[in-house]
Order: sequence, then C-alpha cells, then structure tokens
Amino acid sequence: MAAPGVQQFDAEAVNAAETRELYQKRQQIYPKLAHGKFRFFKWAMMAIALGVYYLLPFVRWERGEGMPDQAVLVDFANSRFYFFFIEIWPNEIYYITGLLILASFGLFLATALFGRVWCGYACPQTVWTDLFIMVERFFEGDRNARMRLDKAKWSFDKAWRKISKHAVWLIIAAATGGAWILYFHDAFDLLENFFTGQAALSSYLFAGVLTFTTYTLAGTMREQVCIYMCPWPRIQGAMTDREALNVTYRFDRGEPRGRHKKGESWDERGDCIDCKQCVAVCPMGIDIRDGSQLECIQCALCIDACDDIMKKIERPTGLITYETDDNVDRYAAGEKPRYRFIRPRTLVYAGAFAIVALFMLGALVTREELQLNAQRDRNPNYVQLSDGSVRNGYNLKVVNKAGEPRELELTLEGADPAMQVRVLGAAADTPMRLPVGADQTQDFILYLTLPADAIDSQREEFVFRVTDPVTGETATTRSVLVTGVNP
Amino acid sequence: MSDKNEIDRDDHTGTETTGHEWDGIKELDTPLPRWWLYIFYATVVWAIVYMVFMPAIPGLPGMAADGDHTRGLRNHSERVNVVAALEALEASREAGYAALDGASISEIENDPQLLQFVTAAGDAAFGDNCATCHGAGGQGFVGYPNLNDDVWLWGGSYDAIRETLLYGIRAEHDMTRFSQMPAYGRDELLTTAEIEAVADHVLSLSGQGEGNAQGAQIYAQQCVTCHMEDGRGDRLQGAPNLTDREWLYGSSRDQVINSIYRGPYGVMPAWEGRLDDRTIDALAAYVFLLGGGEAATAGPTGQ
Repeated sequence: MAAPGVQQFDAEAVNAAETRELYQKRQQIYPKLAHGKFRFFKWAMMAIALGVYYLLPFVRWERGEGMPDQAVLVDFANSRFYFFFIEIWPNEIYYITGLLILASFGLFLATALFGRVWCGYACPQTVWTDLFIMVERFFEGDRNARMRLDKAKWSFDKAWRKISKHAVWLIIAAATGGAWILYFHDAFDLLENFFTGQAALSSYLFAGVLTFTTYTLAGTMREQVCIYMCPWPRIQGAMTDREALNVTYRFDRGEPRGRHKKGESWDERGDCIDCKQCVAVCPMGIDIRDGSQLECIQCALCIDACDDIMKKIERPTGLITYETDDNVDRYAAGEKPRYRFIRPRTLVYAGAFAIVALFMLGALVTREELQLNAQRDRNPNYVQLSDGSVRNGYNLKVVNKAGEPRELELTLEGADPAMQVRVLGAAADTPMRLPVGADQTQDFILYLTLPADAIDSQREEFVFRVTDPVTGETATTRSVLVTGVNP
Repeated sequence: MSDKNEIDRDDHTGTETTGHEWDGIKELDTPLPRWWLYIFYATVVWAIVYMVFMPAIPGLPGMAADGDHTRGLRNHSERVNVVAALEALEASREAGYAALDGASISEIENDPQLLQFVTAAGDAAFGDNCATCHGAGGQGFVGYPNLNDDVWLWGGSYDAIRETLLYGIRAEHDMTRFSQMPAYGRDELLTTAEIEAVADHVLSLSGQGEGNAQGAQIYAQQCVTCHMEDGRGDRLQGAPNLTDREWLYGSSRDQVINSIYRGPYGVMPAWEGRLDDRTIDALAAYVFLLGGGEAATAGPTGQ
C-alpha cells in the first residue's frame, strides 16, 4: 500500500499525446479539485478579474458639465472613448492600436519569462471556465461523482443536479453579457432601462450574443476553445524557449516512475509513483509528464496536486514545478540550475514594450485640446467677382477637446493685408470670433476676398490661427488662396 | 453487383459502397457530414417557416385583387417600408424646415444649427435639381450663371433669388420674368459691320479695346433701353451690366459679336410646383450663402 492518504487514481489522460487521433470525438474532461497555493492564487485571480469586470462600469469619474461621468465608457453614439482621465476621439484611435501593441508585447515578454501565465490565470476563457467548473462541482460533486452521474441512468437526482447546473450557468452567462453592455452606455441608466424594456435593441442583442457565447465557450466547449479556436497557443510556441519558466515535470527526479508501497526503498527509482493525480486535476485533459505541449495552459494545478502527494509520501515537493527545460537537463546531468531572465529575446520584447509605452505616453502628454483644419473649396476653385477681385471659400473645422466652451479669436498670418475675411454667421461687432461648444467640433464657412489690385501671384499662402484668449491655447493650419491668375 | 438486400461494405474503411465497380475499384458511399446534413434540414424548415410568414408564392389564381403574390402572416411589404422610411426622414427634417419657415437670411446666418441645416438641405437639393446647368459647386458655365459671384441679372437678395427659383426666367409660368434681347444679326436688324462696331464699343465699356464711335452711336439707339447709357444694365429687365468683368456668354470679341448676332435667350425653369416651397426656401438660402448674396436694398452690381 501507498502512504496513508494517497489515493491511487486510475485516470487516463483523455487528451494524451500518444492516443490523440487526427479526428477524434471530444471526450468529456472531469477535472478534480486541487488544493494548494496555485489553486488559491487562481481563486484570487478569478475574484479580482470578475470583480473588475462587474464593478468597473459603476465606477464614476467627474468630467464636468454635460459630459458622461462613467470612468470607463465606450460612447458610440457620440463617438468618444473614456478611460478615467483619458478621453479618446475617433481620430485618436491609434491610442487603441498602441494599447493592443503594448498588450501583445507584454504577453510576449511574460511568455518568454514565465510561460503561458496569461492562459493559466488571466484569460477570460480560463476564468469563466474555472467558474463554470466550480458551479458544476457544487451541484454534481467532484471528479468521480461527476463521472458516475454522467454514466448513471436518468433519475430525479440526476435531473435536478443537471438542470440546476445549467440554470446557474445561464444566469452567470446572462450576467456576463449584461455587464458587457454596461461599458457602452451609462451603467445605471442602462440597468434601469434594460429591465423595464426601454433599452436599445442592440443592448439586448449584444447581451444575448454574449450570454450565448459565455454559456457555450465556458460551459460546453471549454478546452476546445484553447486547443482549436485560440491562435495564442501557436504563437506562444514561438515565444517560449528552453530558458523560459514553464510548468514542467522533472523527469530527472521522477523517472523511472512506478507504483510504490510504503516502506519500500526509493533507490534505483524515481519519485513519481504514477498516482495520476496530475492527470486527474488537469482541465485540459493532458498528462504533464509528456512534456510541454500545445494543450497545456499552464494553470499549475498539477503542481498543487503533485506537491500534495509528495508531502504524503514524504518526498521533496516540486516534482512538477515551474522550471526551465535547460535546468531539467542540468539536473539530469548533475549540474546546478541557472536562470537567465535577461537574454536577447526578453531584452527585445522589453525594449519594444518600453518604446511603444514611451511613444504612447508622449502622445498622451502632448495631446492638443484645440485643433484647426481648413478645407478650401475646390468647386468652384475660385470665384472672380465683378470688380475683378477674387474670392475663395473655406470650411474651417475647429476641434475643441476641452470640457469648456470657448470663444476663439481667428487671425490670418502672412496674408496680404488687403485680404477681406467674412465668417458666415459671425456677429457684426466681432467678425473674427468663433464660438465652439465644449467637447465639440464646429464647422465655419469662411470667405476670403483678395481685391484685384492686390493680386500678384497664382496663389497666396498664409496661415489660419485660432487663439483662446482665456487659456492662451492656439492652433494653426496652413492654407492658400488661389487667384486664378495664369502663371 | 451484389445482391440488393446485402449491403456491400469496403473492407478497409468499413464504409458502404455505391455498388459501382470499375476494374475492382469500388466507389465509397461516404455519408454526408452530420453538421452539413443538419444545416440542410434547418434550411428546409426555414424555407417553410419563411413562406408562411413572408410574401412568397407568386402567380396563384385569384390573387390579382390584393397583389400578385401571397402576403404571408407578417404582411410584410418592402414598398410600405420605403414609404414609412421616407416619411420618417421627412419628419426628422421637420424641425429644420419649421425654423427655416419665414426666417430672414440674417436669422439663418446667425443660427449655427439652422445654418447647418440649410447648408445640408440646400446642398442636397442643389445637387439633385440645379447642378445639371449651374455645376455641382454652382460655378456655372458659359450661358449658365455662376451663382458664387456677386453678379445677378435679376437681383441677388434672398427674396429675389427665391422669386427666380419659384417662377423661373423666360419659363412656362404666369409670373415668370421675361425679357428678350433682339437677335440683331439673325433677324437682320444690323449689318455685320455694325454688329462688330457695337461689339467694340461694348468691350470698351469694361476697359477693353479702343471703342468705336459708330458703335457708340448704334448703342445709343439700340441698346440703352435695357443696358442703360452707362452700360450698367437694368435688373428689372434682366439686362446684364456690360461694364464689369463678368461675361455670361464670354468676353472675347467673337463671343460678344455672337451674343449681339443671336440675342441670348437663357431659360431657367420655374420650380414652383416641382419642388415644395420649403425646399425652394432652403435652395434660395443656400444659393444666397454661396457667397454672392446681397442685401435687399443693394442696387445693380457696382452701383
């Protein structure tokens, strides 16, 4: 017999490398509940991730009169994106591109250092699947009970457990889809409208779609999402190397494996007693002892399971552990482990990350809240008036990204002093005053007329400038007046 | 071929064969993939449901009364939807048109929202109705006035532009504005030499060429009634100012001679009845705001 408390599992890795076929019907995986520090860490990560996801839409952030006060808001109706103190306009969508680049370089770096930590702890697929398995375990029991229940004939007991499980899954899925839409409208308003049937059709549609995807991806598809749908396992294969920390089976310690009775000698054999606890807890249905593989999301639950056993059979823990491939080889050769976290690969990733981060920071710090664009009419290109003077029309676009309305002063720099300016709609006493509302883009129609005797070239170049007399902010744009004179 | 009751299976794959055999090679009868089959069944069900709810079957006997096809339970009609969508569109413009109604041009100009509405509505209507002759930007062509400049044959105030739009020029409308320049050459009122002399005189009015004494004399007899002694024209008769730099039919000597020879007869259609009044309001304001609009009191160009 093995040491007390060690249960010998007759677990088969349903997704084991050897038995995998080119086409195989999916076999249900029944992950056993693990106990230990990584399981605790995963619970904590789940609580944080779900907490952020569900509570963030309700966090408020004061922005001033007439502006939304939701901290994180994607406002499609007014084409604005708000993230705490950051406000992004559609023409600043490259911030999002920058964020995505940051996220990918961050993932590259983390993967090169610690393997697939994203997959194992933070990926929504992992978090929600973990949550769904928790619900499943609550109603149907742990691995063996679930296997028995699935094999059992239909009975009242089986029916209520199954129905309750799916009901709770659906509630969670609906709450997931319901929280998603809160990021796109004011959360409190939308919640009220949603339940009184007043919300937009798109709200119900997206809530429904996300309910469906959450239910299927986390409830019924689970590991297949990671193995077949997600591109990241392939990409990460190129990101890790023999010096990255991965969840690894120490074959140098474990082999030759075999069952072990209490009191037997540990000489001439490995520490692995082939209890298959690592297989039983694996949510991906693999055997970590086959080495690192595409399916492994590195959730480290096998580490918890194995450490548990090692304590019981009084062997050192860490038979399965975060370790590099090179170090396992070194252990096998009787050498000391060496860790090289600073290596060309990590330096390149970290460098790229830093450059993009600096660029983004620079763009954010130097973000202008006042912008000016001038679009000269091309049709007609110019208008000759009866007295021989020439007029050009312009569409002046003033962008005010500040939360305050402004009264801007328009000036023309480098223009012929004889040039006459007419701003359509300007008050007679302040012909060069351009009022722009808070957080708005305002168009002005502008006519510039050059008298006949001042025309001396094909085109007159000048600069439009708007100045906020209150803050001193200013914005310029170059423009020309076409006279229609032949060269 | 094997016995009909006996299913022939391929030894290697275990799949049924079709029973066809060529030189010992049998054709496998691989079943359709399940997902494909189920989607196929679903489309059949969908088609039936669709026919029940939506218009589907044309040409059944006795259908002519309410159209030529089955209506379906939803009684769906894309034409009705289009009408509803157009009505909704009109309704969405209602506020803008209501503000435009009776507004003076300075009120339009000083109300940013109304200005934006007029610019958008006018631009759309202009593109549909006016751009064919006046150009997409209202820049005009030879014989078709440029609407951007400050030259107006019949007046450039908001009301004058509106009137031109409503009743047209030399159009088929009781209130249309009418005048006619004689075709001095074609109708043999003047000889070719006389026409050339008048043309030289007319060109000299705007500072081109030396002028012509004979031409001045003929001008004084024939042209002053409409174009006035000083050549500044008369808006009441749509007679253009001959002293400025704008020439509707061209400023070259040949073009001026041609104009005198044939007597231009430019027609602008009347839009009353073709466009509704509020669209005409929007168009008038739009044309006014193209840059050449002038105050109601302004006289002929240059006066």
